[in-house]
Amino acid sequence: MESINAKYVSQKISKTRWRPVSHSFLQQPDIFASGSWDNEHNKISFWSIGSHGSSAMEDGFEGEPQLLCEQKHDGDVLDLQFLDQDRIVTASSTGAVTVFRHHQNSQTISIAQHWARAHHYPCDNAPCTGVVCSSPEIVTVGEDGRIIVFRADQEGVVRVIENADSSTIHAVTYLRTTEILTVNSIGQLKLWDFRQQSNSPSQILSLSGDRVPLHCVDRHPNQQHIVATGGQDGMLCVWDVRQGNTPFSLMEAHSAEMWEVHFHPTNPDHLFTCSEDGSLLHWETSSHSEMPSFLQGGRNSSMMSRSAMAPAGGNQSLISAWLSGDCSKGRLETSHMLPSQTLSVNSLDVLQQCLVCGTDGEAIFVNRQVPV
Amino acid sequence: MSDTESLFNLNPSKIPAVSDGKHMGFAWGPGDILVYETLHKASGSSFIHEVRKDEDIYSPILRKLFNESHHIFVGLQTIREDLPSKSRKPQFVSISKNYRSVIRACMEELQQVAVSTKDGEASVCCLFQVSILLAIELIWNLCEVLFIDAAPAGSLLLHLLDWVRLHKADVDEKAREVLQSDSPAEHRDYWDVPSGTQTLTEFDVKWRHWHEEVDRCLQDNSFASNKHLEIICKLLLGDEDILLDHKELLGTWYHFLVTRLLFCHPTVKPAELHYYAQSCMTMFLDSRSVPEPLDSILLAAFEFDIHQVIKDCSIALNNWWFVAHLTDLLDHCKLLQSHNLHFGSNLREFLLLEYASGLFTHHSLWQLAVDYFDHCPEFGRVYLELQIERVPLDTERKALKVLRICEQRQMSEQVRSICKIMAMRALRNNRLGSALSWSIRAKDAAFATLISERFLQDYCTRGTFSDLDLIDNLGPAMLLSDRLTFLGKYREFHKLYEEKRFTEAAKLLLSLMTAKIAPRSFWMTLLTDALPLLEQKEVIFSADQTYELMYCLGELTSSLNSEATGTDRPMQVRISTYSLNPAQITVCKIKAF
Repeated sequence: MESINAKYVSQKISKTRWRPVSHSFLQQPDIFASGSWDNEHNKISFWSIGSHGSSAMEDGFEGEPQLLCEQKHDGDVLDLQFLDQDRIVTASSTGAVTVFRHHQNSQTISIAQHWARAHHYPCDNAPCTGVVCSSPEIVTVGEDGRIIVFRADQEGVVRVIENADSSTIHAVTYLRTTEILTVNSIGQLKLWDFRQQSNSPSQILSLSGDRVPLHCVDRHPNQQHIVATGGQDGMLCVWDVRQGNTPFSLMEAHSAEMWEVHFHPTNPDHLFTCSEDGSLLHWETSSHSEMPSFLQGGRNSSMMSRSAMAPAGGNQSLISAWLSGDCSKGRLETSHMLPSQTLSVNSLDVLQQCLVCGTDGEAIFVNRQVPV
Repeated sequence: MSDTESLFNLNPSKIPAVSDGKHMGFAWGPGDILVYETLHKASGSSFIHEVRKDEDIYSPILRKLFNESHHIFVGLQTIREDLPSKSRKPQFVSISKNYRSVIRACMEELQQVAVSTKDGEASVCCLFQVSILLAIELIWNLCEVLFIDAAPAGSLLLHLLDWVRLHKADVDEKAREVLQSDSPAEHRDYWDVPSGTQTLTEFDVKWRHWHEEVDRCLQDNSFASNKHLEIICKLLLGDEDILLDHKELLGTWYHFLVTRLLFCHPTVKPAELHYYAQSCMTMFLDSRSVPEPLDSILLAAFEFDIHQVIKDCSIALNNWWFVAHLTDLLDHCKLLQSHNLHFGSNLREFLLLEYASGLFTHHSLWQLAVDYFDHCPEFGRVYLELQIERVPLDTERKALKVLRICEQRQMSEQVRSICKIMAMRALRNNRLGSALSWSIRAKDAAFATLISERFLQDYCTRGTFSDLDLIDNLGPAMLLSDRLTFLGKYREFHKLYEEKRFTEAAKLLLSLMTAKIAPRSFWMTLLTDALPLLEQKEVIFSADQTYELMYCLGELTSSLNSEATGTDRPMQVRISTYSLNPAQITVCKIKAF
């Protein structure tokens, strides 16, 4: 594994995201965006790692991110997603949702759309905690328990689900084009179907034990029913949303809050998690050729075993390695990706063979040779 | 002339916002002072000015210094104490070099900004910071050579040469040119400085022999024809007058010192250094009466007076960063005597606490300060407890991070208070689920009771439950407080009723009262809820259950009656009973108004 070096950027990084690459060429990602938090003046920035050799390397070694441009951001950047090649959407602690456009020629940033106080309380600001987009649709969630749907080209709001949740919604992801999945601070996953007009979730899943707040969620890129979540206790849970309402496997991952979980978009046998405890883990599961007769989920061998329900036959052919989480048989490997003793790793993103992450130690790490 | 002249002068400066000649009032803050003009008239606007002593922590480039050095600091604390000092010394030297490379990186970046920016004021500011960092690195480097590396005689001079070369690179270049321009061959042996192959005494003998030869050459006037060669000869002999003639080339008295040592006493011992240092400084600075702060710091270093160095640096610099980290490193090298200061902690801890307290005032860098407090065994925890409660909690995300810090250190009081703040805020905004989530985190039964009361009140006024997704999915959290348990069970009763599982519903309802889970104030509602069950065509309550119901009613009535004596209109409870089957069932109908 390539040694990974820190770039100190004088701002605590809350989010880092790779700019999407076109699928036609097997291009390595070269630009990423970052958002800061807890600063007097927060910023969003665009960086280049110059893999196609266009930008000049004045100082630093090859691969050190160079700042392209930055823009002031009102409030902490609590979430950030790329809408398309030029635009990003940010969720702010002031409750605002903003679309920024990055002008590549002039290396400037302008505001394309701004919804101030999209998330709010009657008298106070409510932070917007998560955003997910599928151009041109943008879905946001916040501490006020609302789910809001926007369109990037429209000024008004397309749909609001008021009181979707009595607690804070921490993250949201698309399950299908018309379905989303949210996680909240009382440990529930809720499925919402936009085709329905009602303001209640179509399904609620939760752990049968303690109601541990969930902070992040990600869907398997190929199999839409498999979802991974991470929460306050640092446990990684993999769920099958079709079957039952308990997670399929639980794995002890971190010793503190897990902030982000990501399946590798093209190689989903690999999963990445980062946490408040300062570690970034790379999970690798080996997919196996023979199919087990029934799936058996379970906890890591260090915890007491918990039997999961066996699914009633059916669809064995698309069994994912994640659901047969047979951790005790060593089919799951984890490795640390950062030098120890960093402050909290708040965010990570992985694309092709490149991984970028940001920490509370005001550092950004880029690894360009992730073994996937 | 020292390039750090007037850097360390403490000039009292005027606060620009306060008009000349006006009275000022002030109040101390954790890292700053609040100042206001005192106005004796009622009219006019008054402002409060915040005067910050330490601007450095707000500089974006210097921030990298704080972050990177924090990383090094934490790494240093984990070096094992049980290793023999022989293997630890190279580690300490390497850590010292790390610190210095961080300083240099900052310096270079500031230099670049100073050169490239068009803003004149910013450029001046950057150059000012560069010169301070230069001085800091100079001092640190010398401390590394003398204290941490503790070079013995022989290699001491080499290290000092490196030290001076590093800081006077361009000047040294010129001097080298002069020295090397003529007759290099004669001096071939001279440049064979002590390597590992010869001992100190061997070298000393050879050097003295060579020195005598050069001296003889000079006395013989063999170089009389060439003025330059003669000067070079005299230089090689360490002739003070000639050296002082070339003051501009040397630049500083410590360069003069090292040069003189090189030519006169290359095998100088560490203990002898301060004699030469003092005399060189006096010779070089004869025009000035008072030495600069930097000069006295360096002199103290040459005198191996570590405490004096630290003390002088603390006074001269406006930020505790340098002294805190250097003292900590020296303490790890076991170089500081452990004399206690008046207020109980030792010097290292005092400086670290001061530094970390300053960091805590910063809106962002407070997270670094936590680790510093962790490594102050005596007072660190107390400081942290006091400071952590002052961190503003704007978002849940930040509150979670602060909570995690407190939980990892078993600061249960702070955990409770933070959770309470967040829960109250959630409650105020009607986010009952969030409020419950915070009280679960703090295991705060009292607050959970408060939230349940809110729910129950809501139900009483509206007739339906709000936030069903929460109440239906309480799980084990239900056991946190009695009221919460009741809420959960009561909702369960409603669900059973809706599902028409009347027998189970009835059983549950009764148990809520008999097991005393329900608060007495709610019994009326529960008994009223029992009515539709009683009025069902089929029998739901058994005889025993009916008797229990009546008993509960009786209890309620008697307590109400005893309370009613104080009210103007005593509540009248009429119980009319009618039996469908006198032998088996007595159905009680309770009416209260």
